Amino acid sequence: MLWLLFFLVTAIHAELCQPGAANAFKVRLSIRTALGDKAYAWDTNEEYLFKAMVAFSMRKVPNREATEISHVLLCNVTQRVSFWFVVTDPSKNHTLPAVEVQTAIRMNKNRINGAFFLNDQTLEFLKIPSTLAPPVDPSVPIWVIIFGVIFCIVIVAITLLILSGIRQRRRKNKEPSEVDDAEDKCENMNTIENGIPCDPLDMKGGHMNDAFMTEDERLTPL
Amino acid sequence: MEKARPLWANPLQFVFACISYAVGLGNVWRFPYLCQMYGGGSFLVPYIIMLIVEGMPLLYLELAVGQRMRQGSIGAWRTISPYLSGVGVASVVVSFFLSMYYNVINAWAFWYLFHSFQDPLPWSVCPLNGNHTGYDEECEKASSTQYFWYRKTLNISPSLQENGGVQWEPALCLLLAWLVVYLCILRGTESTGKVVYFTASLPYCVLIIYLIRGLTLHGATNGLMYMFTPKMEQLANPKAWINAATQIFFSLGLGFGSLIAFASYNEPSSNCQKHAIIVSLINSFTSIFASIVTFSIYGFKATFNYENCLKKVSLLLTNTFDLEDGFLTASNLEQVKGYLASAYPSKYSEVFPHIKNCSLESELDTAVQGTGLAFIVYTEAIKNMEVSQLWSVLYFFMLLMLGIGSMLGNTAAILTPLTDSKIISSHLPKEAISGLVCLVNCAIGMVFTMEAGNYWFDIFNDYAATLSLLLIVLVETIAVCYVYGLRRFESDLKAMTGRAVSWYWKVMWAGVSPLLIVSLFVFYLSDYILTGTLKYQAWDASQGQLVTKDYPAYALAVIGLLVASSTMCIPLVALGTFVLHHLKRGDTASVA
Repeated sequence: MLWLLFFLVTAIHAELCQPGAANAFKVRLSIRTALGDKAYAWDTNEEYLFKAMVAFSMRKVPNREATEISHVLLCNVTQRVSFWFVVTDPSKNHTLPAVEVQTAIRMNKNRINGAFFLNDQTLEFLKIPSTLAPPVDPSVPIWVIIFGVIFCIVIVAITLLILSGIRQRRRKNKEPSEVDDAEDKCENMNTIENGIPCDPLDMKGGHMNDAFMTEDERLTPL
Repeated sequence: MEKARPLWANPLQFVFACISYAVGLGNVWRFPYLCQMYGGGSFLVPYIIMLIVEGMPLLYLELAVGQRMRQGSIGAWRTISPYLSGVGVASVVVSFFLSMYYNVINAWAFWYLFHSFQDPLPWSVCPLNGNHTGYDEECEKASSTQYFWYRKTLNISPSLQENGGVQWEPALCLLLAWLVVYLCILRGTESTGKVVYFTASLPYCVLIIYLIRGLTLHGATNGLMYMFTPKMEQLANPKAWINAATQIFFSLGLGFGSLIAFASYNEPSSNCQKHAIIVSLINSFTSIFASIVTFSIYGFKATFNYENCLKKVSLLLTNTFDLEDGFLTASNLEQVKGYLASAYPSKYSEVFPHIKNCSLESELDTAVQGTGLAFIVYTEAIKNMEVSQLWSVLYFFMLLMLGIGSMLGNTAAILTPLTDSKIISSHLPKEAISGLVCLVNCAIGMVFTMEAGNYWFDIFNDYAATLSLLLIVLVETIAVCYVYGLRRFESDLKAMTGRAVSWYWKVMWAGVSPLLIVSLFVFYLSDYILTGTLKYQAWDASQGQLVTKDYPAYALAVIGLLVASSTMCIPLVALGTFVLHHLKRGDTASVA
């Protein structure tokens, strides 16, 4: 009688967990890809941990706090390391709806990944899309900051160059007038340097030379 | 008292200015493409021959004209013959078009440079879609680097007709690019002379660093061997020779008037022959050097993609047949595929359409040129290197230096004739003229920051300078040799520099180079006529790739206007001068 019951239970279990069964999910692990040499072998203990993680996720769903590890059924384990699992209700006759399992797994995917040292690419629940981490968006994009810095530097440099150019030109404009004054002074100096002031010479318009005057007197008047 | 013409502080500044102008983006993103398309190592043969036969003589000619006439392009050609000042005007017009669109590249380089200071690099990951369950659809279909270029940088529209509005981010970067150019040309040769020390030498520093890094990358030797293996049969392909001639011609920047402008600030006794040879040799050497770097990066990228492809195929097979994780490697992939095909034929035939044929050769064969190479292919390679932020910053800094160096030459070509003209320079100081030119160019350049801006950029890039320059340089050579007189020019040079002009240059100037240019001109014209309607590549966001479309009528009109406005200057000004001359003679005759 007991044997019959046992066979019945395993038969029911077998029916509940089957590839492609209702509310069943396929899981795929790529341990060697993720860990390389440090890869661990997939054995029944790892399967136990997996069942525990799934049960833990289900217990976080309201109304499912009574989920036990024995409610999680695994089947069709391949050497890929892939298998199917279902979660049954406490009576072990029905499987829990896929939507609930999906929500539970999605909310706790990080914990499950962490337990196996894997990530979203190496521990895949087919048909349960993982929520990708949103990119970190700073309030001000970094490129705007760098742009602003370089922009300000360039504007300051242009202003400095233009101002120094204007100053140079003003200095050059003052220089020619200074050069002209100096030339006038030189002319004035020249007229004085000779000793004889030119102006009096010009204004007199004629000057009697005393030497000639005396010579005329020496000649005998006719 | 006449103001003395500003001079370069020392001859080294002049050489650096010419190098900085000639060594530009074309050396980095056009030469490697040509080398790859036309036979790898064997492309160097037509390239070097064209350098000696076409590049050096024409460069020497322009430098000599500038140094002898000591004026910008308009004044120089007016001195040679009053009827030919149209050549100078055409040069200024072409330079104006060039500076309008060229600075947009600097704006993009600034944009990428500012975005390189993030971890992870923004073009290495796709953004998430609306409900955070996957990546953005366009990004999935294309690649993350293409998405960042077409969507985040350009925000490109699906076709030329859909203009969109001005994007404020590229517009700001364009404004910054013009401010930087203004800062460098503000004081004329005084400021330009100091800036060119940096813009000429820094790109070489970066290239050397990249060479060392590139050669040590995994898979670099694949690229180098593939690209440089000479394919001798390409020597018989006339397109290889034509493209070599075209590349030398445009790479040296002949005909824009920049070289004349730079040389006009030289001491009359400078040895411009030596300078011409040095500049052209350095320009070609840089092209070859840059292509070594580019091919090692190509090799790295191709090997990386090939290994990724193999990994994807392995994963697909592992998942479908539930094989042990890590069982499939690159070496046993083919065997296992054969085994699976025979053992599980039905399952294998289901999954077969999804298995991509990974081939290293096809990855290496993707030849890209232009902005696609610089902003998509290179960034894809950089994102896979370690410390990618550093490499990214270095790379875009180098692009900026190259671009700004060329912009200095372009603006000098426009400003020198303006500052030489007594009418303008008596009313406005030099700083104001430079500021006005930069302002006008910046305002018009905003067209290229619209959503359809990249299509207009391609129009300008392909048509604004090509035909016009060939015509300008042809008229220049004929003017110097036959209108001014080769013997007169030779005696001028001898009096100026104290050195005789060798027979080689005379033969090239009078015969070989004009013939070459005429043949290039004929080839271009026939190419345009034979292809019929002109087409362009538009980005299709739904497919995530480029599609070919026809230009609408008004775009074709703009193309025609671009070519006509520069080439028509030559006959129009000649006609105008002729008419004025006759009127003046008529006046004096009636007076007398």
